[in-house]
Amino acid sequence: MQKKLQIDLSTLLASLWLCLMLLTAVTAPLIAPHDITAMDLRHRLSPPFGFGGTVVHLFGSDDLGRDVASRLYYSIRTSLLIAFGATVISVLVGTAIGFIAAYFKGIVEHFLLLLIDVQASLPFLIVALAMLAFFGNSLPLFVALMGLYGWERNARLARGLALAAGSQGYAGATRQLGAHPLRIYLRHILPNSAATLLVAATVTFPEIILVESGLSFLGLGVQPPMTSLGVMVGTGREYITRAPWMLLAPSIVIVLTAVAVSVLGDYLRDKLDPTLT
Amino acid sequence: MTLLQLEKVSRRYPIGNTVFGSRKSLTAVDQVSLEVKKGQTTGVVGESGCGKSTTGRLALGLEQADSGHVLFEGKELAASGTREWRLRRQRMQLVYQDTLAALDRRMTVGDLIAEPLVIHEIGDRPSRRQRVLDLLQAVGLGEHHRALYPHQLSGGQRQRVVLARALAPSPSLLVCDEPVSALDVSVQAQIVNLLVDLQQDLGLGILFISHDLRVVRHVSDRIVVMYLGQVVEDGRADAVIDQPLHPYTQALVSAMPRLPGGFDHYLPLPGEPPSPTERPSGCPFHPRCDRAKDICRQTPPELLTLGPERRVACHLVSNP
Repeated sequence: MQKKLQIDLSTLLASLWLCLMLLTAVTAPLIAPHDITAMDLRHRLSPPFGFGGTVVHLFGSDDLGRDVASRLYYSIRTSLLIAFGATVISVLVGTAIGFIAAYFKGIVEHFLLLLIDVQASLPFLIVALAMLAFFGNSLPLFVALMGLYGWERNARLARGLALAAGSQGYAGATRQLGAHPLRIYLRHILPNSAATLLVAATVTFPEIILVESGLSFLGLGVQPPMTSLGVMVGTGREYITRAPWMLLAPSIVIVLTAVAVSVLGDYLRDKLDPTLT
Repeated sequence: MTLLQLEKVSRRYPIGNTVFGSRKSLTAVDQVSLEVKKGQTTGVVGESGCGKSTTGRLALGLEQADSGHVLFEGKELAASGTREWRLRRQRMQLVYQDTLAALDRRMTVGDLIAEPLVIHEIGDRPSRRQRVLDLLQAVGLGEHHRALYPHQLSGGQRQRVVLARALAPSPSLLVCDEPVSALDVSVQAQIVNLLVDLQQDLGLGILFISHDLRVVRHVSDRIVVMYLGQVVEDGRADAVIDQPLHPYTQALVSAMPRLPGGFDHYLPLPGEPPSPTERPSGCPFHPRCDRAKDICRQTPPELLTLGPERRVACHLVSNP
């Protein structure tokens, strides 16, 4: 049976936007007109082109005369890298822990559930602050730290899905065929849980962008001279009345990307379910 | 030749509050003995909750018996989940009632039927493909069903897929747990006849669990009647149906419509089956038996062997 490829408008726009973001992230060094640290003191706080600014600084420039467009492209690159890497870590770790808890039961499950509860009861920002203060800051460490964000939710979800699947016939039926538990989990329970986990990931992804922005805004995330969407929002805050483009450009990117990922996640969930045609 | 033998198998489940108060247990299966011979069918009948499904799961080693022995092809079953137990799965398979739940909805029919072959590393890719085609044909499906998903099939077709999947590793024993209860009567007949045909072709031993005496009589060589986790009567199928000895079996048989007369013979049983947590003293059936005597209320009856293939647990038969 041939499925008709139907994409509604919002999904189409969301995927176009995400493609644009990915393209920007990949080609940032090629399309950025200026170096992200290059200062142009004659054009400080220059508004975007079309609002009284010059073509030299398409999206305007910031308080040091640095090009907002160039900084934005590099920020998208950094933020997407962090968000993508951290989401993958969060979902993988969470799913693994959830499945392990569901499989072993008994004391292992209790221990893992305890761990989940501890993580859930600690505000993530506090944990992040403590870890950053303790270990210092570097990009790989920061990605790993962000990967801890939301793992407990994914673990709970994965455990619940595995338990539900286990009580359903197909897991028992496969076990009865003589399959190794690993096969049951990887070939049956995981694909059947994938849709839900994927949607959870699309929720985690924008949240990580936001947390990263928050931490960078506080000066604890991405450190200058590197830039990220959060760093840009953080510096733009002081000039919100005089130069709103400094804040608006990264903010719009954050909002649209978060929405686009959610919309796409919804679409994928429906597509991955063979019973919904 | 005896394929499967259950010897005084019992299964108890702990119930109730385990922290405060005493720990009670529910005896789902109590001292059940039965056997399945090669190429023959043993039917297990009884009301829901009488322990017939648990008996099936015990026979397959999916549940561990608290006491008694389960012998398959002369050997005791290994503990569930061990490698040895997994290897044994090739030889004994379960056919399910709820086919939609038992089939992974993300896999095509072809993949589902091939899965046992993959698990047990039987054959290579082309030979598995051929085997799937043969199996589809054997259960009355066609090649075009291979690419379909379970939810695209009808109930009867799904039951055929479950059957094909169970037959894939060439088992010698099938445990059919209410295989036709969820189907229309016309489809029931097709599946039951298919099962009988396959049994003749492949020499399978079948443990057929059902609450439907009509179906059980049609497929079985022997019938075991269970009540509240115990075997109350056991014998050749025609003997049990034509001359039921236990009052419970008599009531069950009377509930089968007949031509001529319909339900004229029907002996309705008063009351509900008692809860397995509160077993009546004496014979478990005495509260519903209209011929119960004092001894029935006090002493549980022994399972009495009346002939080479006939057993019954009733005081009325042992000392009338």
